[in-house]
Amino acid sequence: MDFLRYGRSPWGETIATHVSWNLFWASLFAGILFFLAHAAYMLFSAHHKRAAAEVDALERSRTDLPPKIERHGLAARLFHWVMAASMFVLLFTAFLPVVGVKFAWVQWHWIAGLVLTASILFHIIHATFFLDFWSIWVGPKDIPEFKAELLRDFGHEIGGPKSGKYPLGNRLYHLAIVVTGLAVTATGLFMLKSVRTPFMVRDPYFIADSWRGFTYVTHGLAGVGLVGLVIAHVYFAVRPEKWWITKAMIFGWITRRQYLEHHEPSRWKVGAGASKSAGHV
Amino acid sequence: MAVIRDVMPVFELYQPATIDDALRLLNQHGSDALVLAGGMDSMDWLKDRLHKPKVVVDLGQIKELRGIKEVNGGLEIGAMTPLTEVVKHPMVRDKFSILMQAAELVASPQIRNQGTIGGNVSQDTRCWYYRGGWSCYRAGGNICYADTPTSVNREHAIFDADRCVAVNPSDTAPALVALDAQMVIRGPRGERVVNAESYWIGPGIDITRMNVLQPDELLVAIRIPPTMAGAQFYFEKVRDRQVWDFPLVNVAAAIKPNGSNIGESRLVVNAVAATPKRLHNVEAYINGKPRNEETAKAAGDMAVQGAQTLRHNGYKVPLMRNLVKRAVRGSEGGSWTS
Repeated sequence: MDFLRYGRSPWGETIATHVSWNLFWASLFAGILFFLAHAAYMLFSAHHKRAAAEVDALERSRTDLPPKIERHGLAARLFHWVMAASMFVLLFTAFLPVVGVKFAWVQWHWIAGLVLTASILFHIIHATFFLDFWSIWVGPKDIPEFKAELLRDFGHEIGGPKSGKYPLGNRLYHLAIVVTGLAVTATGLFMLKSVRTPFMVRDPYFIADSWRGFTYVTHGLAGVGLVGLVIAHVYFAVRPEKWWITKAMIFGWITRRQYLEHHEPSRWKVGAGASKSAGHV
Repeated sequence: MAVIRDVMPVFELYQPATIDDALRLLNQHGSDALVLAGGMDSMDWLKDRLHKPKVVVDLGQIKELRGIKEVNGGLEIGAMTPLTEVVKHPMVRDKFSILMQAAELVASPQIRNQGTIGGNVSQDTRCWYYRGGWSCYRAGGNICYADTPTSVNREHAIFDADRCVAVNPSDTAPALVALDAQMVIRGPRGERVVNAESYWIGPGIDITRMNVLQPDELLVAIRIPPTMAGAQFYFEKVRDRQVWDFPLVNVAAAIKPNGSNIGESRLVVNAVAATPKRLHNVEAYINGKPRNEETAKAAGDMAVQGAQTLRHNGYKVPLMRNLVKRAVRGSEGGSWTS
């Protein structure tokens, strides 16, 4: 299987020009296989949630909490859905022609790319200055939670740490999206110089052939990677046990019980003890 | 880039005797196969070693692909019919003379003897960056060498460029669109008929192809309905060398008068975009108006609205404007025939 496609520059050098579309199919099938495997696993797994009695007790002891707890502010939710819409437009305009649905896609693609870039810039500023920036990141501090989650997945009843505002999987996914999203937008902005837009004079010579090849290959790799990542994201968003998270991304809040059932109050402080209650996205 | 000329790469040559045999071969070899009609375009690619097919399927032995017959007051022209035969056919001359004019202006007599109408409408673009073997968008790369601040792009597109600025070089293509022709395509999924206007595709839709033919399909015939038979026709081609050259711009017009006014019209310009450009807005404007200097001038001005020039092809704007003007009004450069 070819991973890259090559061409020759006017100076006779062999340069990488694109990723092979084999990688798109690989990412698509990987995404589909992942959700099939995970769905099958969840059917038969002994994954343990916090016991109902334990949650009842917690709820009785935390009547100081409001019945509805804000998980995502309006700005964060708007960002999320604008980004999601632009991401879908980008993926469909990029890959529908690959699978044989031919249409004039370039203009839609770069417009959606600019929307995505603007929404990411907004998100970076919003998360840095107005939200709890570190709540979404993963690091060594999360190793105990990782161990506890693994054990719970294998059916062990353990009282180890629950997640803070974001489940570990959510934070790992965010990390993957940060890497691919920044790669695809940064390279996309360079590629914008190669197409006609009202914003700048088209000049594909502004970088050398080899760098242009690197840019296209990076854009392609990130793009095909996003296919699998988006499939996984949509899959989790529609899983019944995750609906409370999806609904929170629509309405902004979760119930007190959901908060106590799924989160570690010491890691996501709500109410009087909270520093930035809105957290991250 | 060094190019080895006149020494073709090794390939297997097949000369099927029927369309079905040809389709079987194309189905079997897919994109490894090159279809050879008259060879006027293909031989360049082979001799320059820029196309290295494993298989060449020569359609020259398929008799059912040749010839012109009358069908319901119109014509059906086999895709392998030589251009000379098209030019000389009495019904083409009598009822669809715009096609005769266009075909007669293709290249040289020798090329018209060998070149086919199917090949002429399906030929690849003449962009020399692309034909020079560079990895441009059209060749599967990631750049258009013809659309940079330093490019030599005198012959390139002023309309509908989408990354690639190559143009369609066919003379018969705009005439066929003006005649509302239909392209009959056969492939493993059967036969399909495509309006000539939809036969060519621009880089926005598919940057590596000039037309809708899939690798396993053949253009088998071109049908010209009687719709525009006997209309008033105008064809004019402007080229660098009058004896033998591709168009810088050409124009084809078919107009049916309604009293002293223009009744129905079809105006098409080629070599300004990757597909023959039908001027719908101009047609809508001139229909119902008298054919005079004022209408013609407005038509010319409308035709070039939205043109985006490159460094060296700005001249195409006034050229196209004047050609459309003359097509509506008629002049010495070309002529109205009916």
